[in-house]
Amino acid sequence: MQSIDEVQERLRGAGYVADRGLATSVFLALRLGKPLFLEGEAGVGKTEVAKVLSLVLDRPLIRLQCYEGLDLQSAVYEWNYTQQILQIRMLEARGAGAQAQLEDVFSRDFLLKRPLLQAIDQPEGEPAPVLLIDELDRADEEFEAYLLEVLSDFQISIPELGTIRAREAPIVIVTSNRTREIHDALKRRCLYQWIDYPGFEKEIEIVRRKVPGASETLAREVVGFVQELRGEDLFKRPGVAESLDWLNALVALDRETLSDEIIGDTLGVLLKYQDDVELMRDTGVARLLERSRAAL
Amino acid sequence: MVLFARLLRALGIGVTSSQVQDWVDAVGHLDLRHKADFREAAQAVLITRREDLEWFRAAFALFFVARDPRELEDMELGLLVQRITRRVQKSRVEREGDDSDGGDGEGVPEPDRLQTYSDTDVLRRKDFADLEGPELAQVKAMIRKMEWRLDVRRTRRRVPARRGAIDLRRSLRKSLGRGGELVEWAYRNRKTKRRPLALICDISGSMEPYSRILLQFMYVASRGLEKTEAFVFGTRLTRITRQLKHRDVDLALRSVHEEIEDFGGGTRIGEAIRGFNYRWSRRVLGEGAAVLVISDGWDRGDPDILEREMARLKRSAYRVIWLNPLLGSPRYEPLTRGIQAALPHIDDFLPVHNLQSLEDLGLHLQKLARGRRGPSRWRGRAA
Repeated sequence: MQSIDEVQERLRGAGYVADRGLATSVFLALRLGKPLFLEGEAGVGKTEVAKVLSLVLDRPLIRLQCYEGLDLQSAVYEWNYTQQILQIRMLEARGAGAQAQLEDVFSRDFLLKRPLLQAIDQPEGEPAPVLLIDELDRADEEFEAYLLEVLSDFQISIPELGTIRAREAPIVIVTSNRTREIHDALKRRCLYQWIDYPGFEKEIEIVRRKVPGASETLAREVVGFVQELRGEDLFKRPGVAESLDWLNALVALDRETLSDEIIGDTLGVLLKYQDDVELMRDTGVARLLERSRAAL
Repeated sequence: MVLFARLLRALGIGVTSSQVQDWVDAVGHLDLRHKADFREAAQAVLITRREDLEWFRAAFALFFVARDPRELEDMELGLLVQRITRRVQKSRVEREGDDSDGGDGEGVPEPDRLQTYSDTDVLRRKDFADLEGPELAQVKAMIRKMEWRLDVRRTRRRVPARRGAIDLRRSLRKSLGRGGELVEWAYRNRKTKRRPLALICDISGSMEPYSRILLQFMYVASRGLEKTEAFVFGTRLTRITRQLKHRDVDLALRSVHEEIEDFGGGTRIGEAIRGFNYRWSRRVLGEGAAVLVISDGWDRGDPDILEREMARLKRSAYRVIWLNPLLGSPRYEPLTRGIQAALPHIDDFLPVHNLQSLEDLGLHLQKLARGRRGPSRWRGRAA
């Protein structure tokens, strides 16, 4: 892609509305071959960036979901032990068991590739993939340190096999929900982008694209209400993902407009904590609806 | 651009030279007719934390957007320079502090080495509120020397071990030495790590006699432990983790005092805990953290809020420990509404009124798992 405008346009074409800052970061990430580090509240579309990029660039998407204790075996590679043991037995049967060598059982045939290795060790003739490392904050520091190594030179060394180097660097998107701070060393290797909740017009555009079945009025009412809701003192504020879910739910219920009653009935789509639901039931719904209507 | 990087560094935003190099590369790819892109690019390359964004934008506006260079010279630069010098001065003071002999700034000598055992013993049992002058300094010095360690938790990461689950990879490698015969198994087990700790200290009026010495304790604990987050509250919650990172104790404490406006004001424990739950718990209570709440429980807020928020805190922390200086008094009964509301959601309710109690706390923190089923409650101590 040749310019920031083009990035913005093509993302939009694929259903993703990116503001100028994000588009600039994506453009530079592609140009400089650097990983893009996306931080922001849950449900603002961080993961979506990677998905859309893979679509727009027509490259495979490889996703690594992080969790505590994520280790080499699940993130990078694992040996196929059953196969290896079988191989040893076969060698034995042929009378070569005593001479079984490292190379006989630790070769590529017995290697199971996990996401990181898949992203580096691309098949001949295929473009480098988009590698999504999702919710890095859930992994532990040990994994972060390993990742730092991989992201700096896009190579992985396997003691029994040697070093595998990427022919072409993959496009890397790292996301974090900030449940803990990611180490600065890793962030410095990346382009950093904070994704905020979208403004009113931008969110309208997003929901209109994603839920084409909803009427303009309903979409505007929904976004207006959710935006007001985000201003309340909640334990967990609803993201764009929740706006979309809610709008979908309302469409499924054949609603054309919001009312106190229907909001009360479907509040569980927007708010995921009992305290928040109660707070809104007791005091909020009618007040917020009124305020959001006034703002429209 | 190098100058701008230097400016950012002066503002306390760490920028490495390779980042500047990246920035130069990035600009090469931009259409410079779009001024805003230039800023977005700089931001994406140079900034790594959300907290720094505001400073970055201000600095960028001043540095690059000023149309007339003279304008920059005149007023805005002056403003920026003021800010910078303020930060620089701060760090200079800190360095001077380092050069001094490590005294605690009150001109009191280190504890006398000839002091007899019974003297220190008396001091260890003396209530913090009754300490004066040299004794106070001595107790502070003793707190500074205390070492803190927190209990471990089993993580989900597995490492080679003598027993545990079978480690097929190592087993196979070993077996190759024996012609592929799996005779000797290798094992792996879960790695352990020290738990993080969150400290939340009440510094309202009624805590006055204790809060200064407890801040000292928080300082030492947060330096000694690997992962600590520190907060104080009166009417509202303030995070002081960064301030406590100063190398110099008194400087750190002074900057804490600067930061908090409500030193010695009223108390709203429920609102403070709520503030912690809403804004911080998700960021600092991961990885099986323990929470220390330090307060006398004199609360002017709504006990219902306190109860609800303590319950929430209990659900998100591995262990909730409430330290109360009043528990040191044999006549104290936890009858205040605040304490009554909080008690059901506290694992350990312990005194923190003298050195002895701090030492006991230290031991307790090292074996949190042991008392997990039966919480330790202070039941009164023969005075």
